[in-house]
Amino acid sequence: MIAFWVLAIGLIATGVFTITARKPVYSVVGLLGNFVALAILYLTLNAEFLAVIQIVVYSGAILILFLFVIALLSSGVKPFDVGPDRMPKVLVPALIIGAIALATVVYGTARAPSPAVPSIAAGSPGALGPTGEADVFGSVANFGQALFTTNLLPFEVTALLLMVAVIGVVLLAGDDEPARQRPKSRGTGREPIAKPQEPLTR
Amino acid sequence: MSSSVFAVPMENYIGLSAIVFFLGVMGVIVRRNPLIMLMSIELMFNAANLALITFAKAWVNAAGHIFAFLVITVAAAEAAIGLAIVVIVFRRAVNVDVDEIATLHG
Repeated sequence: MIAFWVLAIGLIATGVFTITARKPVYSVVGLLGNFVALAILYLTLNAEFLAVIQIVVYSGAILILFLFVIALLSSGVKPFDVGPDRMPKVLVPALIIGAIALATVVYGTARAPSPAVPSIAAGSPGALGPTGEADVFGSVANFGQALFTTNLLPFEVTALLLMVAVIGVVLLAGDDEPARQRPKSRGTGREPIAKPQEPLTR
Repeated sequence: MSSSVFAVPMENYIGLSAIVFFLGVMGVIVRRNPLIMLMSIELMFNAANLALITFAKAWVNAAGHIFAFLVITVAAAEAAIGLAIVVIVFRRAVNVDVDEIATLHG
């Protein structure tokens, strides 16, 4: 109970810090706190495997990617800084849209039917149990069972998606040299055309 | 509602998810730094994940966990491609303001 409120306040505070920080590096630090608080919240929701995945993938991979890009971009001559934000222009519309979205979610949640009684008997595999025990709901064994039997096709599609992402990133940002050399070769190609014209004019 | 399953009511988790999603929307709308906008998108992914995992626990159904796992994968792919686009845009542009990047404006 107390843990939820502490984590909720931490989650919101780090989120606010993330979107209001002046420099992207500060935002990354705020996002790191956000991800860690969220991972602990996942633990309170019987999702221990996803808590670990949250730490490993988000804090370990995605944030490091952000840090690499920030370091890469700010290593140039110009300082990595942008002008003033669109705060005065769009703050009021954004607040209105956000309030409508928030009200919709709260209204929908209040009207939602109460969850069905879990059909899985307590003590059997897949039933709710204390986090950390083997074969309860959300444990690694239960998650793997669901992932590799019932949801095998989405898992394979995930592999395809990651491969497409890797190929796309390599194509986008990988080798920029041919694109830079193409205008040069075109520029040198014009000169032999121009030179034979000079004797004609003489 | 389902007080035996949750230590705090389920609505609290959903409300928290909505607030974090709202923060992400605000970040995307208000900020002009593309990196912070991408981080705000990550905030929205995480808010959706929190809602999915909350409902998965409410119905004791692992499908929510699987869906959250797929969302994390998509978020990783999105971050990689988005950052690659940011890198190539920044490599050519003088300014780093997303409002002035209108090369694809048609």
